[in-house]
Amino acid sequence: MTAVTAAPKGIYLDNNATTRVDPRVVEAMLPFFTEQFGNPSSIHSFGADVGKAVRWAREQVKALLGAEHDTEIVFTSGGTESDNAAILSALKTQVGRNEIITSAVEHPAILSLCEYLAKHEGYVLHVIPVDSLGRLDIEAYGKALSEKTAIVSFMWANNETGTIFPIPRLAAMAKKVGALFHTDAVQAVGKIPLDLAQTEVDFLSLSGHKLHGPKGIGALYVRRGVRFRPMIRGGHQERDRRAGTENTTGIIGLGKACELALTHMEEENTRVRALRDKLEQGIVSQVSHCFVTGDAANRLPNTCNIAFEYIEGEAILLFLNRLGIAASSGSACTSGSLEPSHVMRAMSVPFTAAHGATRFSLSRETTEAEIDATIAAVPGIIDRLRSLSPFWDKSAPQAESFQPAYS
Amino acid sequence: MWNYTDKVKEYFFDPKNAGVLSDANGVGEVGSISCGDALRLMIKVDEATHVITEARFQTFGCGSAIASSSALTELIIGKTVDEALAVTNQDIADFLGGLPPEKMHCSVMGAEALRAAIANYKGVELDEDDHEEGALLCKCFGIDYGMVERAVRTNGLTTLDQVTAYTKAGGSCKTCHEKIEEALAEINAAMVAEGALAAAEAFSVGAAPSPKAPASPIVVKKPGTSAPVQVSPLAAQAEKARPAGLTNLQKITLIQAAIEDIRPQLQRDGGDIELVDVDGDTVVVKLSGTCVGCQMSSITIQGVQAAVMEKVGRPLRVIPHTALASA
Repeated sequence: MTAVTAAPKGIYLDNNATTRVDPRVVEAMLPFFTEQFGNPSSIHSFGADVGKAVRWAREQVKALLGAEHDTEIVFTSGGTESDNAAILSALKTQVGRNEIITSAVEHPAILSLCEYLAKHEGYVLHVIPVDSLGRLDIEAYGKALSEKTAIVSFMWANNETGTIFPIPRLAAMAKKVGALFHTDAVQAVGKIPLDLAQTEVDFLSLSGHKLHGPKGIGALYVRRGVRFRPMIRGGHQERDRRAGTENTTGIIGLGKACELALTHMEEENTRVRALRDKLEQGIVSQVSHCFVTGDAANRLPNTCNIAFEYIEGEAILLFLNRLGIAASSGSACTSGSLEPSHVMRAMSVPFTAAHGATRFSLSRETTEAEIDATIAAVPGIIDRLRSLSPFWDKSAPQAESFQPAYS
Repeated sequence: MWNYTDKVKEYFFDPKNAGVLSDANGVGEVGSISCGDALRLMIKVDEATHVITEARFQTFGCGSAIASSSALTELIIGKTVDEALAVTNQDIADFLGGLPPEKMHCSVMGAEALRAAIANYKGVELDEDDHEEGALLCKCFGIDYGMVERAVRTNGLTTLDQVTAYTKAGGSCKTCHEKIEEALAEINAAMVAEGALAAAEAFSVGAAPSPKAPASPIVVKKPGTSAPVQVSPLAAQAEKARPAGLTNLQKITLIQAAIEDIRPQLQRDGGDIELVDVDGDTVVVKLSGTCVGCQMSSITIQGVQAAVMEKVGRPLRVIPHTALASA
């Protein structure tokens, strides 16, 4: 059962879930499993060379984020750990402030942590709503901010729709009341240029596997001067901010992935963006009763989320998968929960469409031929499922005439 | 992705009897677009013989909802309406070779649509013997007492989680859990009185969850012999009170048989599995050999769960013994 099965073939349009590790990243990592196996904390040359490589990797992360100092980068096991470490630290260093502000469309790594803190540890939680395009209600945010706010956490870009929040502005608002500001940027890092040094962001989370790096490695940016209390205590690694022997292979891989992301940044925002737009227009122009969710004018260049009305997302994904096309859905059925995605609900996407929301997320590895094949495949799948749907009859919705109820 | 059987995939990708039946004389509609699944079942019944000669469906929903709808039409064509009424959601799930527990509500939707279609054919009010208006338990999914009762009775459900998995009731805002628990307790109590359920298994409101047996000693198995079975001390109490249905011993024997069926498959890959404990609806197994640390082991556990449930005919949870030790 441990044997590696043959690689799945097909068109991978689920890069917001995870990305393929770039072969150049693998190549950079390999020596650190075998020849360069030393512990970077060791004094001898086995360790020292590895320590040098870790410093190189830290420099790459710093450059991609546009941070000022490499000591602001703390390597972690990934986005979720970074999110937890930032918020828990902020609460410990801000005694007397007991309020948390976040948004309704955050990743569960933030939302379920905040809900837990509110429910079990007595913190007051403000969840700021978004409008139908997924844009933050900045007025509500302004009202929620106060001298009681310990930490604000808003995602830089949404994983489902790609919608980008105006993080520099939101961070500046938090600083006015003396609150700390964290951003979950796992979807933004590597896809849009960042210049952290010019912002007032205190903490930023990123994850290796979202930018063609390995899984199990990530980083937390902690602005110089921001007080920090580690979540994981032990040895002196990461300047006492994250104990545990360094995941050296992961760190080197993340460093290489960040270096490559910077060199591909322009491609991401030109060629990949053009492919995304082509896919979106190709589908929307051929399929009736569907629409793009999120803020089309202000979102990640690789993400396209289309809600197809009167059909259900899991069924769409199963048919796509049969044609070798990998996408993802905010439908209830794919997740095992009974409700459609909290992001779609927060945006007040009607139930008729929320169950059929389908996300295509591209990467620099996506080709035009793949996009053409997807554009060719989708309309037939939608037609076929609508022909099965009781809410649909010959190219028109029938929702009004079908009003069932449970007996 | 869900662990669907080939039969589910077959009936999803290539459903039989999909579409509109224009001369139907019985139509049943259940679900809603906000619930995420809805089904219109159309049947054509021969007025003289009451035999269902044709059945078609239209479904909005996931793969298993479409497959369940199609399976339902295959099950009822050729039956008289009275014979068809005996078709349960379990029959639909069985026809498809089983459904993941979280998807059982798809089969329940099929059974509900069938009832509605037959009532429509007979021209009777469906709710004639149901509870009064306002017996809606779950407002999010529009699930009433009658539907919960049918699912509980047909499938021997005894926990809130099971009711949610089979009917969706309580799966959204969760504010109705108290009402569902009360309903479940009432239905279980009636089942106990009828001898359809062991008193010890019945759900009762406010009861603390049964204490878990102390992390059970792991029984080391010698190769070639079948595993001794560690029976939870609680099982003994359940045993005394069990008037009907499977005895614990019968249940464990069935579980053991299901696991023995799977073993050759795992052994081919250099792995093995043994039964460690059965505690209520929780089946504890131990994976060994190459199964240990295998990234596919959670898939294996899911497969074991499906096989065990099929054999025993009721919802069960299979967990690796390591999960027990760390709990």
